[in-house]
Amino acid sequence: MKDAFTSRKYIIIAFVVLAALLLIIRLFVIQVVKDTYRLSADNNVLRYVTQYPARGLIYDRNNKLMVFNQAAYDLMVVPAQVTSIDTAEFCELLEITKSSFNDRMNSAISYSRRAPSVFLKQISAESYARFQEKLFLYPGFYVQPRTLRKYSKPIAGHILGYVSEVDESVVKNDPYYKAGDYIGKLGIEEAYEKNLRGKRGVTIYLVDVYSRIKGSYADGRMDTVAVQGEDIISTVDMDLQEYGELLMKNKSGSIVALEPKTGEVLTLVSSPNYDPGLLVGRIRSENFMKLSADTSLPLFNRAIQAKYPPGSTFKPINGLIGLQEKVIEPSTLFGCSNGYLFIGCHSHSSPLDLIHGISNSCNAYFCQVYRRILENPAYPNVEAAYVKWKEYLDQFGFGQRLGIEFTNELTGFVPSPSYYDRFYGKNGWKALTIISMAIGQGEVETTPLQMANMTAAIANRGYYYTPHIVKSIGAEGKPDGKYLLKHTIEIDSANFESIVLGMEEAVNGGAGATARSAAIRNIIVCGKTGTAENPHGKDHSVFIAFAPKDDPKIAIAVYVENAGFGASYAAPIASLMIEKYLTGEVTNKYSEQRMLELNLIAGE
Amino acid sequence: MNRSVNIWARLDKITIVIFLLLVIIGWFNIYAAVYNEEHSRIIDLSQRYGKQFVWILATFVIAVFVVVTDSRFYSFFAYFIYGFFLFLLLLVLFVGEYVHGARSWFQFGSFSLQPSEFAKIGTALALAAYLNVSRHDLGKLKVFMISVAIIMMPALLIVLQPDMGSAVVFLGFFLVLYREGMSPYILISGFLMLILFFFTLLFNNTLLSLGLVLSALILSCIVTRKWKTCLSALGIITGITLLVYGINSLVSGSLRNEHIVLISVLLSGFIFAVYFYNKKAIASLTIYLFLIGSLAYVNSVNIAFNKLMKPHQKERVEILLGIKSDPHGTGYNVNQSIISIGSGGFSGKGYLKGTQTKFKFVPAQSTDFIFCTIGEEWGFMGAFVVIVLYVMLLIRLIILAERQRSAFSRIYGYGVVSVFFVHIFINIGMTIGLVPVIGIPLPFLSYGGSSLWAFTILLFIFLRLDASRAEYLI
Repeated sequence: MKDAFTSRKYIIIAFVVLAALLLIIRLFVIQVVKDTYRLSADNNVLRYVTQYPARGLIYDRNNKLMVFNQAAYDLMVVPAQVTSIDTAEFCELLEITKSSFNDRMNSAISYSRRAPSVFLKQISAESYARFQEKLFLYPGFYVQPRTLRKYSKPIAGHILGYVSEVDESVVKNDPYYKAGDYIGKLGIEEAYEKNLRGKRGVTIYLVDVYSRIKGSYADGRMDTVAVQGEDIISTVDMDLQEYGELLMKNKSGSIVALEPKTGEVLTLVSSPNYDPGLLVGRIRSENFMKLSADTSLPLFNRAIQAKYPPGSTFKPINGLIGLQEKVIEPSTLFGCSNGYLFIGCHSHSSPLDLIHGISNSCNAYFCQVYRRILENPAYPNVEAAYVKWKEYLDQFGFGQRLGIEFTNELTGFVPSPSYYDRFYGKNGWKALTIISMAIGQGEVETTPLQMANMTAAIANRGYYYTPHIVKSIGAEGKPDGKYLLKHTIEIDSANFESIVLGMEEAVNGGAGATARSAAIRNIIVCGKTGTAENPHGKDHSVFIAFAPKDDPKIAIAVYVENAGFGASYAAPIASLMIEKYLTGEVTNKYSEQRMLELNLIAGE
Repeated sequence: MNRSVNIWARLDKITIVIFLLLVIIGWFNIYAAVYNEEHSRIIDLSQRYGKQFVWILATFVIAVFVVVTDSRFYSFFAYFIYGFFLFLLLLVLFVGEYVHGARSWFQFGSFSLQPSEFAKIGTALALAAYLNVSRHDLGKLKVFMISVAIIMMPALLIVLQPDMGSAVVFLGFFLVLYREGMSPYILISGFLMLILFFFTLLFNNTLLSLGLVLSALILSCIVTRKWKTCLSALGIITGITLLVYGINSLVSGSLRNEHIVLISVLLSGFIFAVYFYNKKAIASLTIYLFLIGSLAYVNSVNIAFNKLMKPHQKERVEILLGIKSDPHGTGYNVNQSIISIGSGGFSGKGYLKGTQTKFKFVPAQSTDFIFCTIGEEWGFMGAFVVIVLYVMLLIRLIILAERQRSAFSRIYGYGVVSVFFVHIFINIGMTIGLVPVIGIPLPFLSYGGSSLWAFTILLFIFLRLDASRAEYLI
């Protein structure tokens, strides 16, 4: 039926179509043109849960476990999802106070309301077990499993380093790390962080509006699996390390033992030291403060950071250089009238040849050797001769970092000619000016590691491998290539042989031999005592040695601070260490007892 | 018997196919919206899709009853049905169940019924019955006022529940009035008022008032082409405004600037009246009266907005207009709704793979926000198809309405079109942030027995009328 207004149907149809177009255009904009909504949707439903891999384990050279992992749990919170909860019960379960709860909540909120942050770090397995049953009562909270370090023995803290939370600067510079992640600090943990840390994985979960996990995203196809960190086999002999730390108890000082043929560090003791277990978990920061404040400097790694004058242990070097520079021969005799010029010496027969000069540790002998080296007519002047002498020292690795894995290794000090120029003016110094260098006093400073390395080079009769603390990485791994590089010293092995004889004589010789306290039955130990002058107190007792003479298996440097002569404490300790390493037990129980009972710290 | 067979054969097939498609799409999306792994059985009466399935079956039975009923029943009892539903709307105010702060539901045991859904049927019938009388010409003010009263009475009762959303739907019947001869200016004025309403909330009212005065002057300048007269009118209004402003600040200072503009324009009217009378300037007078009306409207919108609307309704409007941003509070629904639809992309995430709706980020996802599930899982393609289905339905109904021999059937048909149109546009518009959140269902798709049955009855009465259009001239 037609009526007057039939044509209005077209306007109505147009109206309907227009409205529908409006809807379709808007839908097209939000669904096809903009993709921000897709991201918003993902933010709604996807929760990325990091899967932290277990850190690699650390073994000693005999595959004894040194460091492993224990489970710990970080309690995470997403503040926006926290509803009204029974805080009293919550605090009781976690053994925290109400005010601590509020502080933690506020700091989580200030970080982000929607992103998870750590609410409580490293809950113990027991607390976790108790808490887990009630977890469902606390929406917005969930538990993130982490691993903490555990040590099979309370030793080798300086070697192993520790694991702590990353610093802000690291987070900024290395995209791998996020705030709250853990990272190795010092020692093997730091040096091999990349191997030990493994690879983080991420599991993506779908969560509903109440943040309950509803399943995995895309059937887990987007997830990445956490890859466990690589295990590390250290060069350290755990038993020897433990024994060394035991011997050094109540003493300040250091023991470094190397395997001469490889440069592998068998033992690296710095005393006083600390139980690495103190720097794990929630107690770490508190203990770290305590250790930092300790005046005996337990965190200070003397083996690679302490600079001592080498003392008489430096004499073999000067003897070697003298021989190589042909200013002396093994048979060269020097007289000693209780000293040389202003350098004193103890009573012994005179004159002595090189071997007995070493075994008697005659100051006068080496002053005259050093004078000949520096006044060698083959060089135009003393400075040129000194430069040549310093070259040899450089070859031994003095005055520079040897390149062990530890980042905190220090260089020691060997003065350059310009150093003396500054003091005495150009050409203002002569051999006699610096004659105390002949006997390892004066400006030269070395670390115990450098002295052990020198001993290894002597034991090898002219070469060494850079000392290193890690034997291999992973199942099939090898150490860094630089530790397979042979450093040869430009001194003939025959010359080394003479020095070795002197060191043998010092330990095993007759009258006048200075290091007889280091002798071991059935093992030929070659050693050299030293007494490092200490301007701040009693002299340091120093001893270097290697054994057995003809097939050296161990080269060792021992420093006992404020203990006086090298022969009194450093030599017996070195001897006990050598015997322990070579035979597995010590025969000289008396000496062992004496060293264990020695307390040089309590008196202070 | 023969006749009833004829009736079935004459029911409009296209409409029925679209109806069935929508009901099926609705059920599948309700299933998706409430889907979870624990309840994956298709028919599970503890779940909404299970209940909806029962209601769909019931709605088919109801449709059959509607169709077998004699078509004369609907015209004969139109007022009676209308009155009956008015009575129910009145009754529900006293005995209804409080749900979300409104008395909208009758509760019979575990079964509940929302009379406002059915009142639309009564209103469409009553309006058709009233305007079917040939002397009832909408050009007459009395007829227009009675028609408006028929529309507004149920709407007012629903406002009292209070359920603003369901009441708004009744405004759709003005489309019917337009089709039946109401001046288009009323419709246009209505739209302009709506726009002015939003402008009042969005912009500084003083500037808006001044802008209106200026537009009126420019308009009269264009119409009369007497720019000198218009300029002097501007001078008069400016002078009087300054006068009123000065007196106000001297005396009390209690008047707001937009009040001053209104008063000044009113006062200027005394001077303009002489001009209008002398020159018989009807056009200018009309513009002037419109200006007064608009200024008064601007002045009252804020009062109405602040005094009459409930806080949550105000917020919904404010959020739509971007005055307020509150993605976690009132804006949450809309925000999540847009996110879920927006994340669907072009082709959607796939059936039962929508994360936003499945994990309950969208509230009321099976009822008012069912379109989110479609938008998320079927993407732009799915949303487009649904909208096209609706447009086809509406256009088909308009075509059917236009082919009626009786005015009653035609007017009722447009009533059906109006109700569906308002529901569809507002519901979808709300889910994509085009319209403030007004809680009304999407025809045939939203979960809920009351709305499904009401829409079915509404539609099938018309199909019945259409099928028997040749039989009687009502």
